[in-house]
Amino acid sequence: MTENSATKPGQTEVWITGIGLATSLGEGLDANWAALEERRINVDEKGFAPYVVHPLMPVSFDSQIPKKGDQRQMEAWQRIGTYAAGLALDSAGIKGNKDILAKIDMVVAAGGGERDLNVDSGVLTAEARGANAPGFLNERLMSDLRPTLFLAQLSNLLAGNIAIVHGLGGTSRTFMGEEVAGADAARIALARIASGESDIALVGGSHNGERKDLLVLYEFGDFNLRDKFAPVWARKDHAGFALGSAGAFLVLESRAHAEARGAKPFAKLTSVVADLARRKQPGDMAATLELLWSKLPKREGKGAIISGATGAEPATSEERSFLKAHADFPVRATGTMFGHTMETQFPLGIALAALSISRGALFPPNDSTGTEIEMQGAPTQIVVVGAGHWRGEGMALVEAVS
Amino acid sequence: MTAPRDKLGRPVVVVTGMGIMTSLGAGKADNWSKLVAGESGIRTITRFPIDGLKTTMAGTVDFVSVDPFSSTALSERMAEIVTEEALEQAGIGAKGDFPGPLFLAVAPVEVEWPQRCELGRAVGKQDINYDDLLRISGGGKYSAYHHRFMFGSVATHLAEAFGTKGSPISLSTACASGATSIQLGVEAIRRGETDAALCVATDATVNPEALVRFSLLSALSTQNNPPQAASRPFSKNRDGFVMAEGAGALVLESYEAATARGAKILGVIAGCGELTDSFHRTRSSPDGKPIIGCMKKTLADAGMEPGQIDHINAHGTATPENDKMEFNTTSAVFGELAQKIPVTSNKSMVGHTISAAGAVEAIFSLLTLEHQRIPPTINYDNPDPTILFDVVGNKARDARVAAVMSNSFGFGGQNASLILTREPA
Repeated sequence: MTENSATKPGQTEVWITGIGLATSLGEGLDANWAALEERRINVDEKGFAPYVVHPLMPVSFDSQIPKKGDQRQMEAWQRIGTYAAGLALDSAGIKGNKDILAKIDMVVAAGGGERDLNVDSGVLTAEARGANAPGFLNERLMSDLRPTLFLAQLSNLLAGNIAIVHGLGGTSRTFMGEEVAGADAARIALARIASGESDIALVGGSHNGERKDLLVLYEFGDFNLRDKFAPVWARKDHAGFALGSAGAFLVLESRAHAEARGAKPFAKLTSVVADLARRKQPGDMAATLELLWSKLPKREGKGAIISGATGAEPATSEERSFLKAHADFPVRATGTMFGHTMETQFPLGIALAALSISRGALFPPNDSTGTEIEMQGAPTQIVVVGAGHWRGEGMALVEAVS
Repeated sequence: MTAPRDKLGRPVVVVTGMGIMTSLGAGKADNWSKLVAGESGIRTITRFPIDGLKTTMAGTVDFVSVDPFSSTALSERMAEIVTEEALEQAGIGAKGDFPGPLFLAVAPVEVEWPQRCELGRAVGKQDINYDDLLRISGGGKYSAYHHRFMFGSVATHLAEAFGTKGSPISLSTACASGATSIQLGVEAIRRGETDAALCVATDATVNPEALVRFSLLSALSTQNNPPQAASRPFSKNRDGFVMAEGAGALVLESYEAATARGAKILGVIAGCGELTDSFHRTRSSPDGKPIIGCMKKTLADAGMEPGQIDHINAHGTATPENDKMEFNTTSAVFGELAQKIPVTSNKSMVGHTISAAGAVEAIFSLLTLEHQRIPPTINYDNPDPTILFDVVGNKARDARVAAVMSNSFGFGGQNASLILTREPA
């Protein structure tokens, strides 16, 4: 059994009425779309060498987080997310709309734990130099840690900051668990709106890929892309992901709620499904993706696939074998253009699917292996695929509103 | 017979299995007997040196060991043990084949100091920075640490061990996380997505950095001696909460599915509610409106009036602000009843189990319904004269209890409440 939140007959249709993007390609929908059309990629091979990252295109945080005091209370991952959430509310036309913000439900996919590298390095250096008194670590932490850093590390404080800065007063749930947390956030928000538990929700995540503490964590598993950038599909003999910085938020809304306030949809979110493949044997993950594919409502329109493939192995090869069975669908890998933004990759995929549908074209391929093919005409159905670098698989169907 | 639905036409959600672990011990029987006897699980920390700390006590779970030690590994082991207890009681599914999804409340995960220091030592020089750590982290020597410190690692392990279905959800709503895990399970059953859900909450974060973090926010009690007297909910001389470890697991089922398989029903999750406070990162809105709204939403969700609540299992952290705020908001919702309904805080004995608290206290509330006996709030020698709750002080009280409200409030403006009853309304 997979968790399935497809809209059922009699259930309300769920529209995507707002999108907020702050990425390595830029902020806002036009800047991101233009970069995709021009196949522009913002990648840094030097700053974290030998590791490759996609740095955030600088933004003026003041425009969405006006109080400097608020900005100081956050670390970068929270600022990026709070900023992108504000853009999504703007895009949906509900920024500052107290009646709607008072009831909006939030489901956020988050990591957290941003470290103070100087504090950590200081402790390790002192220890290497012989500090070994029993209370040594306690004393260093008591004197060196900024009191507010904790709040900048807590996973649920991304949602907390969004609520404070933008005045959200409905419900707030934070899901953790790397890539699939983004799929689960969309899945639960969709299920709640489709069943009538909720009218409107803010869903998304944010990630700061320019963090050496995160590089250490993924280096434990040899997951980081080294030395030289290559498109995701061209990393088979040089596997790994390039961490990316991005915030991606969506406003999901019941059709009735959107129509009542005259909001226009980018697209509709028809279904989100997710599962946990055991990944014990080769083929396990591809089989789970195939199963999820079969759980999505029947596709009859002009379809495409937006993949969150990471470039890490063996997951990317498993996904490629799944995609081979659906080779008639043009594929785009967001990891090539945006890097790997972990919890944010799935909401980012939904955002790009909705944007492609609303702009009447899939953005062009950016790949040297032939995995991505040109698409003629306007897509009406896009499947978003999100398979975690280690665990977790999710899939969504985004469709044109008829 | 028609399928039992609640007043809003949704499937009634019942509890058919529970497992619990706190600093008082493992399992329902041990915890309950110590809880009603007024025993404290708070003790001086022995897990790591306490030199240089302002707060030196906590409700640690020292009777479960994991090797190598990490807070995440201990929280995983505790979650495993309480889940086994809950599944055994529920008798649902087959071994390793639970017929529904997993909702796990778990503390945010990160690389911890023992592992970071191990890396530092492996660098082999006297000036160490993150570039040095990066140089030695790859090559497979530390690949187990990648898996250990994924946010999804505990849920992945539980999902594989117990065969829950679909994508397991790891969630954090700070100190309300345990309640949120139950709420997610209730909603999935009410929507008809599943007949059963496994809701687990676990927290084992008594480690030096976590203690320092809360200490630097001035959130913790510093009444270290004797440690058993540190947690003083509703007392005039309360001075903060006591960090603690714990885990709780609940098997939720639709009433229809539970009765169809002849399961014993332990209680009903009659209502859930949550409401965000956008006032401040760590403090409640001074007017208490979000908490008031949360309690009202929960009553409405249960289709109940304030007069139908027989007992409140308070959030009761023993921070100066929380307890006062809790009384004021409860009064706004319950009127004069706020001074008549017996109120207790389990945290006086087991401390604040943070991510697990909502589930731990929901289980204690269900045990209160089962035994018709309210566990005491210990260390209640010097009542705060401005908090006019009928606190069940120091000694357990027998009472007729058909419905309990359990409250959880957390950093980041998280508020969640549950209403638990003996029988379907």
